[in-house]
Amino acid sequence: MSGAKRVSTAPTAGSRWLLDHTRAIAATLDALKRRPFGTLLTALVIGITLALPAGLYTVLGGLDAASSGLKGSLRASLFLSDSLDEAAGRALQATIARKRGVAEAKYISRDAALAEFRTHSGFGEALDILSDNPLPAVIVVTPDAALPKAEAEALLDALTKLPAVESARLDREWLERLYAILAVIERLVLLIAGALALAVLVVVANTIRLDIAARREEILVLKLIGAPDSFIRRPFLYTGLWYGLTGALLACLMVVAAGLSLAEPAETLSGLYGAGNGIAVLSVDTVFAVFGAGGALGWLAALWTVGRHLGAIEPD
Amino acid sequence: MSDALIRFTGVSHRYRDGGREILRDTDFQLARGEMAFLTGPSGAGKSTLLKLIALLERPVKGEIVVDGQTLSKVRTRDVPAHRRQFGMIFQNFNLLPDRTVFDNVAMPLIIRGHSGDDIGRRVRAALDAVGLRGREKDWPVTLSGGEQQRVGIARAVVAKPRLLIADEPTGNLDPTMAAEVMHLFTRFNEVGVSVLVATHAIGLISRLPYRILKLEDGLLADARAATGDGT
Repeated sequence: MSGAKRVSTAPTAGSRWLLDHTRAIAATLDALKRRPFGTLLTALVIGITLALPAGLYTVLGGLDAASSGLKGSLRASLFLSDSLDEAAGRALQATIARKRGVAEAKYISRDAALAEFRTHSGFGEALDILSDNPLPAVIVVTPDAALPKAEAEALLDALTKLPAVESARLDREWLERLYAILAVIERLVLLIAGALALAVLVVVANTIRLDIAARREEILVLKLIGAPDSFIRRPFLYTGLWYGLTGALLACLMVVAAGLSLAEPAETLSGLYGAGNGIAVLSVDTVFAVFGAGGALGWLAALWTVGRHLGAIEPD
Repeated sequence: MSDALIRFTGVSHRYRDGGREILRDTDFQLARGEMAFLTGPSGAGKSTLLKLIALLERPVKGEIVVDGQTLSKVRTRDVPAHRRQFGMIFQNFNLLPDRTVFDNVAMPLIIRGHSGDDIGRRVRAALDAVGLRGREKDWPVTLSGGEQQRVGIARAVVAKPRLLIADEPTGNLDPTMAAEVMHLFTRFNEVGVSVLVATHAIGLISRLPYRILKLEDGLLADARAATGDGT
């Protein structure tokens, strides 16, 4: 057959690439749809695996956001000696308020403290038994936000040592402990995420390996009729990608569902701490991260498996 | 020399595991546009010769040139491109059972990245040429052996290669179907395609006016020169 007879319909490189990939995408999606149960099972395993770190990360984000309202609030409650009457207390408050570096000093009289306790604690009736008010007057001092942390701490420290101050409590301490705990948990989530990423790799790699074994005959025929390795590899890579992305979708749904079921108790909890409103919903960043991780892990696992097994299948 | 589509020069081959020499110092040519049969007893090396052409094996010794390309110079990663230059037909058809007749025949064009319209046109033309028009949506298992082999031939010719190579294409077919398949090869040869068919169906080919090459004990001999030019 002469060369002139061969109709030239060679497409451009770009459209050829697009066509090849569109076909691989259509073919692989079609193949996965034809066995929905197996696909869903694999995706579910990946989904659970991804949902765990994503969920923990979301909870962490929620705690972080909830406590951010308290984050800058280095405050001290100065409990005044009972020997100080209200006028002396207010005078002390005014003196403190004028000090350099103090943003606010709020005086809470013994009566006001009692009223507040009665409303919030639920022990109102118990208080009635007592003949007199057991609560001290309080000055709540908030240092200037612009003040460096060390100076603010030194200032509060000095205030707590005033003779009129019987005892003092720095509000920041529990918060710092909380942040220390969160930092540990955050690191733990990273470690768990790393281990689970490995699990996703193994799950996808094994599924693709079985897929390659099942399609051995097809691969042989394709090699016989001149299909390049890239052509044979492509559908497996897309299959890995789909597993990863479907798993990511399921993971996001699971995290959202878990978030909804946790919303009510979480709100109660954060209410008790007077912090932000409830558990944070799945952030857009986390969604992107889950899909990115899922897709990348699926694709990488497929690439790894195909590299290991495809070369061994050669027609003879 | 330049009109030889396939040229073997001093080609010897033995498989790595077996000691016996399958081909011994073989010289052989297939001219452009020629059709020839390769015969010989089982294990004589017919399949091996075809495998060497398709680079399924590389010879221990000697030189093979296909369409001007010296095969020893074809790198492993260029082997698929080499295989796309000709159509191959197999004894066991090698169809993909989970794809329709259309998709099977379309496969070489999909590998080559042809557009959908072009594929539809060419696949229908190829199926028409092998007498399977209208069977596009059938599954391979629903077809008779002869029909499956015709699908295999349609797949081999759909990209309009210059050369067809067939390894025992009628080995699994009854005589009527086998005759139909051989007739198809002569039809493609009539329009200029070179054809090399390995077969032991001597009865079937002795009536046809083509060169017959006989392989025995690793040696190749012209059992019969062509009695016609095939046109």
